[in-house]
Amino acid sequence: MEEMVRVEGIKKVFDDTVVIPDLSLTINDGEFLTLLGPSGCGKTTLLRMIAGLETPTEGHIYLDGKEVTSLPPYKRDVNMVFQNYALFPHMDVEENIRFGLKMKNVPADEQNRRVEKLLELTHLEKLRHRYPSEMSGGQQQRVAIARALVNNPKVLLLDEPLGALDYQLRKKLQIELKNLQRQLGITFIFVTHDQEEALTMSDRIVVMNDGLIEQDDTPGNLYHKPLTRFVAKFIGETNFLEQEDGSTNVMRPEKLNLCPEGFHGSDHPEPKLFGTISDVIFYGTIDKVFVQLDGSDQKVVAYQYFDDIKKWQAGERVGIWWYPQDEVVVHK
Amino acid sequence: MKSGKLMVLPTLGWLSLFFAVPLLIVVVVSFAARSAYGQVIFNFSFANYTRITESLYLSIFAQTFVVAIITTLFTIIMAYPLAYYIASLPKKWQQPGLILVMVPFWINFLIRSYAWVIILRSQGVLNTILMKLGLITVPLQFLYNDTAVLIGMVYSLLPFMVLPIYVSIEQLDRRLLEAASDLGASPFTAFRKITLPLTMPGVAAGTILVFISSLGMFIVPDVMGGARSALIGNVIQNQFLAARDWPFGSALSIVLAVMSLVLIILYYKALAGQKGGSKNAQNMA
Repeated sequence: MEEMVRVEGIKKVFDDTVVIPDLSLTINDGEFLTLLGPSGCGKTTLLRMIAGLETPTEGHIYLDGKEVTSLPPYKRDVNMVFQNYALFPHMDVEENIRFGLKMKNVPADEQNRRVEKLLELTHLEKLRHRYPSEMSGGQQQRVAIARALVNNPKVLLLDEPLGALDYQLRKKLQIELKNLQRQLGITFIFVTHDQEEALTMSDRIVVMNDGLIEQDDTPGNLYHKPLTRFVAKFIGETNFLEQEDGSTNVMRPEKLNLCPEGFHGSDHPEPKLFGTISDVIFYGTIDKVFVQLDGSDQKVVAYQYFDDIKKWQAGERVGIWWYPQDEVVVHK
Repeated sequence: MKSGKLMVLPTLGWLSLFFAVPLLIVVVVSFAARSAYGQVIFNFSFANYTRITESLYLSIFAQTFVVAIITTLFTIIMAYPLAYYIASLPKKWQQPGLILVMVPFWINFLIRSYAWVIILRSQGVLNTILMKLGLITVPLQFLYNDTAVLIGMVYSLLPFMVLPIYVSIEQLDRRLLEAASDLGASPFTAFRKITLPLTMPGVAAGTILVFISSLGMFIVPDVMGGARSALIGNVIQNQFLAARDWPFGSALSIVLAVMSLVLIILYYKALAGQKGGSKNAQNMA
């Protein structure tokens, strides 16, 4: 795959606070890459440096092979979808979308053609003469995406674009965005703190913490093979089982199986832990079963599906077993 | 809700007693006449209003409006960069900046006008400096002309323009400028396409304040303009104090007020005609 963005040895300091100590990252052409991490981890700062809205204290940024480190935003071939959309309130939908084309002196008929295409792509044809204040959050979000994409950027930067929307709409737009990206083949760099969103949409996820990359991997690997405690904890629900050698066994709740204490089936491994069920919580597709382990104050959680043999009750004694290949060991 | 309505009563009472009633009195008096000794005689006539159509008063009205328009234009040109500069200072310096703009208000307006006389007169500060520097040999005539009136008006009304413009610039969402830059707008283009249109409500509010104030201004032309620069404010003041012709003074006041009102309405109509700016402009007013 061809390289589109390369960030090399980036350091960013704000008023004596080191936001990003040293970071390097390569993003390929046509990739949907997500920067994932808690607030303050430096993901938005990194995105803004790629956009040119911040200048790195040290290091270099390359876009499509050319160095852009100190180029102002208006000279870069990237466009951004801002967190709160930052639509121009004194322009209607069409004028907002046309703005970038006007700035680049695109011929009028070409402008019309591209604006029409984006209006269609984002289902905004009927809203073209609305002002931002007359639209819902989801509609404004579409305008923001259209306004950025109409410029045919080499890279589209998205800064928590779905953060302000309600759950249902967010789910819907996640899929729309992903489809849009596939359709257009443009490189997307997406910033979010929502791990579920990241897993759903991305080709590759870069998990960041304190300005450093914790893990740079596919969604599947991040979930099933986290390299650090931080990643395991941040993505999905996890049980940490401390080992005697100082390492930690990371067990996803759906990999833990329950059996009655003293039951030794031949079709699965022997239970390794025993305890008492403290809570069973209904979650629709699953029950979350919390087990208080014997001889420790730790509780573990196991997911039980409805096609499982038994409906568990609080107070029952259970054994917990798992397949050895589902064990993930992390050392930090 | 009910108690909220009750709480407005004292204000309403105050306004009707000290604002509406006197205004009504002025309206009534404007249709009256003046006795030989300057008393108001109530026999209804339009005589005062027909007198305003004399060319002397019409030309003073015209002169007043011209001065007010020029004053407003100059305050906009001077206040916008200043307000922009203050709004772009670090947060902790903005408040001191605004206080500096308002400092002149701490000194009586009449005294400030005389201070200008001291600066501008023949043996004044400015002429002395220029002569000491050898730039001129004979003192220049700065005072007692239209330019002096303009200097005084712009000086005294500048804060009324700076404050509303500052507020509108300060409230401007900086992310819009980032978005404009991201979409290819140079800083100057972003200013022209985003900042300027979105801060027009501030300019509009300042324009109303400055324009109306300069229409009624009489101290500045009196102190700095000399006899030749009489504006309508001076004429009205004269009618009430020197000529003791209250009915004619009242009629002039009413005409001035009505003309101002019409102009404000026309101004907002024109502003509302520009798309997008309408809602914001009305909110500010």
